[in-house]
Amino acid sequence: MAVLRDKIVIKNLSKTFASKKNSVEVLKDINLTVKENEFLVILGPGQCGKTVLLNILAELDEQTSGTVEFADGRPKMGDLGLVFQRYALFPWKSVMGNVEMNQKLKGVDKATRQANAQKYIDLVGLQGFEKALPKQLSGGMKQRVGIARAYASESDIMLMDEPFGALDAQTRYSMEDEILKIWEKNKRTVIFVTNNVEEAIYLGDRIILLGGHPTSVKKEYIPEMPRPRNYTDQAFLRLRNEIVADTDLSL
Amino acid sequence: MKQNKKLKLVLLSILGLVLFFGIWECSVRFGLVSERTLCAPSTALETLFTKMVEKKPDGATIPVHFLASIKLSLSGFLLAIVIGIPLGLFMGYYKVLDSLFTPLFEIIRPIPPIAWIPIIILTMGIGFNAKVFIIFVSAFVPCVVNSYLGIKLTNQTLINVAKTFGASRWQVFTKVCIPSSMNMVFTGIRISLGNSWSTLVAAEMLASTQGLGYMIQIGRSLSRPEIIIVGMAVIGVTGAIMSGLLSLCEKKVAPWRYK
Repeated sequence: MAVLRDKIVIKNLSKTFASKKNSVEVLKDINLTVKENEFLVILGPGQCGKTVLLNILAELDEQTSGTVEFADGRPKMGDLGLVFQRYALFPWKSVMGNVEMNQKLKGVDKATRQANAQKYIDLVGLQGFEKALPKQLSGGMKQRVGIARAYASESDIMLMDEPFGALDAQTRYSMEDEILKIWEKNKRTVIFVTNNVEEAIYLGDRIILLGGHPTSVKKEYIPEMPRPRNYTDQAFLRLRNEIVADTDLSL
Repeated sequence: MKQNKKLKLVLLSILGLVLFFGIWECSVRFGLVSERTLCAPSTALETLFTKMVEKKPDGATIPVHFLASIKLSLSGFLLAIVIGIPLGLFMGYYKVLDSLFTPLFEIIRPIPPIAWIPIIILTMGIGFNAKVFIIFVSAFVPCVVNSYLGIKLTNQTLINVAKTFGASRWQVFTKVCIPSSMNMVFTGIRISLGNSWSTLVAAEMLASTQGLGYMIQIGRSLSRPEIIIVGMAVIGVTGAIMSGLLSLCEKKVAPWRYK
């Protein structure tokens, strides 16, 4: 495997939420390096601060201490692709309207941004649904729109916050295949957050397990299995057991 | 099967109306209620037709009364929408405006619209402007309050999406908060519409020479129940039609809620 360049370096990152009465330390001394174009999975139990970490990367929140360094300089607001757990599509916008929104806000002219949006709508397999409203789509389709919309930001970094968490099990499996296909076709640095161990092993080039109170990086795993991985494979199950043994029980 | 069920429900609605008017008609016909205090629906219908051209006893035909009323209520109502909705939206989004106006609205909100009438008559008299202002006040408050809440209730995740797209503060307001507030805005408009009609009638009862409220008032002083009933019916039907038009309008402006 080729040596990959460091894309994002997170050093000693901590986050404390302080209110008048008490302060809660959520993240403590997170040290993490994300390689260029890798599919990095961040695995952690519910409520452990995974979303906080992503929000800090996306500049929606600010760390209390520590640094985040990007190899190519901090992306400007609008230059990061985010996929949200509950889709977070604009209900009043069509599929096209949602996917082109990023570039519309940046003032890209209509023809260019729609051609660009169309490219990603095709990529996620939603051609023919351009004019549909989110309400008319199934959960899996909605999240395809969410993925296309994140891709259309033309960011080389994609942050995905439990994107398949709200889907039923069958749709989830097919979307996992789908996201890998999309990523193979159009390589970007992906940080994929999940609380599902199987999903983490199925998808990740690397898995970072978070845990503890406050949360820090517990362990790192590299699933040495060729894709597509098999859920019932011996190596898969062995790694699964290993990770489960290392995981804190969620409260 | 489904068609059948629909038909049954329609028939049931018709049955409700027929029963209501039937019982009413019979109770007047058979003398359960005196004709001096309440007329039969058939008499009211007759009066409706004659009053279309007949000026007596209240000095104007129904179309004249109707136009006077609708001109008044629409003026106040539209004014309230044009001023109230933007004010509410801005108050919801900008903290300075929120702090500046919200305490005032908390005090004004519980005052029933009709309670404004005496002070407005004292300060503005009983002319057209005074009546428009009464209606404006009653329709204005729900417009402001609901638009304000609509902005406040915007989903934070959608705001975050727009922020990660690099949206400016103004863009977040216009592209996310305003569209997402639309259903609350329409709720406000609907309440305003209702308020504007109820205060209209009250205002016309106090001081007028024309209008449906005035007609009802004359009906009472002349003991002519059929005039009162016709006035009430016209108000009811007009209100229902306007509310229907509003729904159509909402489906055009905010179709994502319906499809």
